[in-house]
Amino acid sequence: MTSPIIQIRGVSKSYRRDSMAIPVLHAITLDVPEGEFIALMGPSGSGKTTLLNLIAGIDRPNEGSVTVAGTDVTRLGESELAKWRARHIGFVFQFYNLLPVLTAYENVELPLLLAPLSKAERKQHVEAALSLVGLADRLHHYPRQLSGGQEQRVAIARAIAPDPTILVADEPTGDLDRQSADEVLTLLERLNREYHKTIVMVTHDPHAAERAHTIRHLDKGELQ
Amino acid sequence: MRIPFSYVWRSLWARRLTTLLTVAGVALVVFVFAGVLMLARGLQATLVDTGAADNVIVLRRSATSELTSQVDRNTASILDAQPEVAAATDGRPLVSKELMLVIGLKRKQTNALTNVSVRGVSPHAFELRPGVRLTDGRAFQQGTHEVVAARNIARRFQDVAIGADLAFAGDRWTVVGLFDAGGTGFDSEIWGDAEQLMQAAGRPVFSSMTLRLRDPGQFAALKMRLQADPRTQYAELKPERQYYREQSQAMATFIRIMGLIVTIIFSVGAMIGAMITMYAAVANRVVEVGTLRALGFQRRSVLAAFLVESIVLAVIGGAVGVGLASLLSFARVSTMNFTSFSEIGFGFSLSPGVVVGALTFALVMGVVGGFLPAVRAARLSIVGALRAS
Amino acid sequence: MSIFKIVLRNAFRHRLRTVLTILGIATAVMAFGLIRTIVTAWNAGVEASAANRMITRHRVSLIFPVPLTDREQIARVPGVTGLSWANWFGGVYGNSTDFKNFWPRFAVDANTYFGLYPEFVVPPDQLEAFRKERSACILGRKVAADHGFKLGDVITLEGDIYPGPWQFVVRGIYTGRDPSVDETQMFFQWDYLYEQVKQREPGRATDAGFYVLRVDRPGDMALVAAAIDTMFTNSRAPTKTESEREFQQSFVSMSSAIITSLKVISLVIVGIILLVLANTILMAARERTREYAVLKTLGFQARHVAAFIIGESLLIAFCGGLLGLALTFPVVRGFGLALPGFFPVIRVEPVTIALALGAAVLSGLAAAAVPTVRAIRTSIVSGLRMIG
Repeated sequence: MTSPIIQIRGVSKSYRRDSMAIPVLHAITLDVPEGEFIALMGPSGSGKTTLLNLIAGIDRPNEGSVTVAGTDVTRLGESELAKWRARHIGFVFQFYNLLPVLTAYENVELPLLLAPLSKAERKQHVEAALSLVGLADRLHHYPRQLSGGQEQRVAIARAIAPDPTILVADEPTGDLDRQSADEVLTLLERLNREYHKTIVMVTHDPHAAERAHTIRHLDKGELQ
Repeated sequence: MRIPFSYVWRSLWARRLTTLLTVAGVALVVFVFAGVLMLARGLQATLVDTGAADNVIVLRRSATSELTSQVDRNTASILDAQPEVAAATDGRPLVSKELMLVIGLKRKQTNALTNVSVRGVSPHAFELRPGVRLTDGRAFQQGTHEVVAARNIARRFQDVAIGADLAFAGDRWTVVGLFDAGGTGFDSEIWGDAEQLMQAAGRPVFSSMTLRLRDPGQFAALKMRLQADPRTQYAELKPERQYYREQSQAMATFIRIMGLIVTIIFSVGAMIGAMITMYAAVANRVVEVGTLRALGFQRRSVLAAFLVESIVLAVIGGAVGVGLASLLSFARVSTMNFTSFSEIGFGFSLSPGVVVGALTFALVMGVVGGFLPAVRAARLSIVGALRAS
Repeated sequence: MSIFKIVLRNAFRHRLRTVLTILGIATAVMAFGLIRTIVTAWNAGVEASAANRMITRHRVSLIFPVPLTDREQIARVPGVTGLSWANWFGGVYGNSTDFKNFWPRFAVDANTYFGLYPEFVVPPDQLEAFRKERSACILGRKVAADHGFKLGDVITLEGDIYPGPWQFVVRGIYTGRDPSVDETQMFFQWDYLYEQVKQREPGRATDAGFYVLRVDRPGDMALVAAAIDTMFTNSRAPTKTESEREFQQSFVSMSSAIITSLKVISLVIVGIILLVLANTILMAARERTREYAVLKTLGFQARHVAAFIIGESLLIAFCGGLLGLALTFPVVRGFGLALPGFFPVIRVEPVTIALALGAAVLSGLAAAAVPTVRAIRTSIVSGLRMIG
């Protein structure tokens, strides 16, 4: 068996607020094999989003190590971490977080600007990503011209366009109606099944969690 | 129901940095505005106060200043003898026949050569001008090459202390005393014996003549009579006050026009700054406004609250600006007066009028800058506002 | 797509705010341009000084004349290649309270003066006519245009230093060799002044107001000055000889207080530009906190975020700067009309334009400083939490 693509060892994290330290995660140990689709569930304040942020390299633990695709991200400097993220992580947010001044095409193109691709190559990737999510006909629409579900699909296209190692999704259906949520989840399933993308998803929607292979629960900062 | 003032106050505090920047902008504008007003007032106060109410100055017709005027001895004697002229304590006519010269002296701080007025005067000059008082040393003696200098001049220029010798008109003139002229134009002058100066400078005629009227009401009659007399038709009489006001005209106008232009431009900038801040405030508090309206506050109250906020910003800025400007009262400016071609020193004069004017100006800026944003706030629909959250 | 495109679109996201900011900056840049132009105009005489001219005047002050008989001695001093003299006439034209009626009026030696001032270009036939007729005068193009004076017109002045009515016939109109030359001056014959004064005020001698010398080698100037001034040290009219530049500078220095305050005001204006812009950029950056966090998540570096913020600030500053400069020109013209006679030459110089744009750009950079540092320092996680 190949080593897990995500290895978390003894990770603890607490936040400082005014002079108090508020513990969020406590001695987390977790392995995620490649190609896995894992859902992290738990009540509000359980630390699931924090854990996700640590895996995605947008936050650092106080203790422990987070190894993704062979790299211990806790050892990388800010600038290296940014480069690493661009290459290995595709992030899908609850509130889509598209840049309102850019069209769907341009939003998807954004992360590709960091890669050594020519304009033509970028075009290929963007169009491929947008057709995959089923929005080939909305290339030049601005986010305000799209529905919530469509915006999220553009966000997913943006996340996969640079062909990242893993996809992380923070409550991807949290702001969507039932139908759009289903479409998004179907898309994620497909990315996992057909394209073998490793997906780590935080959710508290049981319907969403059902679509994952594995569900782990977090409570008060500890993995059950 | 009116929105409480504390809402306004706390909103400003919550966005401290932008509030501070806007207040600073308004303060700056008001500072410049008040400063210019104070400067023009200071200049005119200096020059106008130079004239006494019952003194009359005689110049050559159409001369624009004493420096370019001539009054010959004959004319001067005729004027001496006029019945309207008051009598000095010694019984003789209370007049001073004077010669204006300009010499170059070096400033202490900058070493720059600057024109300074030298006024040759008659013995009655001090009595004619009670505002001029000797403070150090003694008065110069008639018939000698002694002079007295304004303390201001002694302070600002090199080698003008008591005992120092000034070299001009082919001779040396010794400073034997210093005087204080109470902030008038004479505070920038050096006085000596007119006859001696005329002789040394080779001038056969006086520049001007100043006389005191027994009764200021008789000015018109005296003027008409002299105009009709062919011997004195070239002599022009003016109340001293009017003459000095005219002397300051060019400079004061220049300062005012410059100041006006600068202030208008600045104020447009400040109002734009205030508008930007207020529009941002409105945009950020769309939900708040919706809530207030849902609670039952009227559109008027919302408009008023935002307008008041803008006015408070502006008035605080205005107060700071005026406060800073008042510090200018301690500053003195000395520069060349265009008309007299020599140095004049004056200060910034703060008055209640200037304070009121500046604060009003700030108020207007607050109202104009805040009006449109406040209207926008008032126009927000409750539903639209709440939905935006 | 490029960073510039994003910057451009971001800048005009809040159109009203951006437009107001640009207007605010434009206003300030215009004021800056106006004030620096005024300071430059004040120094115009200094700048227009010829490198090879010197002025000899009475040491004590310009109002004392120097003997005309001195001229031969002065002309013989080694290094002096040309000599002329002039008297400030002054006088009053029309209503003396109207600034428009004030322009410089000199009595000059008809034969030599224009030879020393090649920048006053007079058509040869007009110069001839001027020299032939006693009461002729030559006017600058601008003063002639402002008052509608034409060749053959008679100008009546009321003398003050030299009292009485004076009439001059316009026989020549000079133009400046380049735009910085004063075209508002009026010249008539010195000999005419001398004769008239002798007639009107017998017993009043007329001497020269000041001498103008040509010294072809600038290196000679110090020696020439020393030689002349030493010659007359103990005479009734000791002299002071200096380069024309120094002479002009001494007048400017007398008004240094005003000029300094104008310079201070121009700095204050730059401060205002900064405040207005900083206010806007601060707000804009704060609103986009979440977006910057998203960009960082995608892998953009601190320098990219900095580029967005600084780029937006510079773009707005530059637009404001250009607009402000465009407005400066008409404002300067209006100022010149409001205060005629104060500044014979008032125009917007290239240096002023460069300074104004430079001020705008510097403000653009400075205004972006705090927001940039804040955006870089904000952690991704806190940035994502922000609600626009």
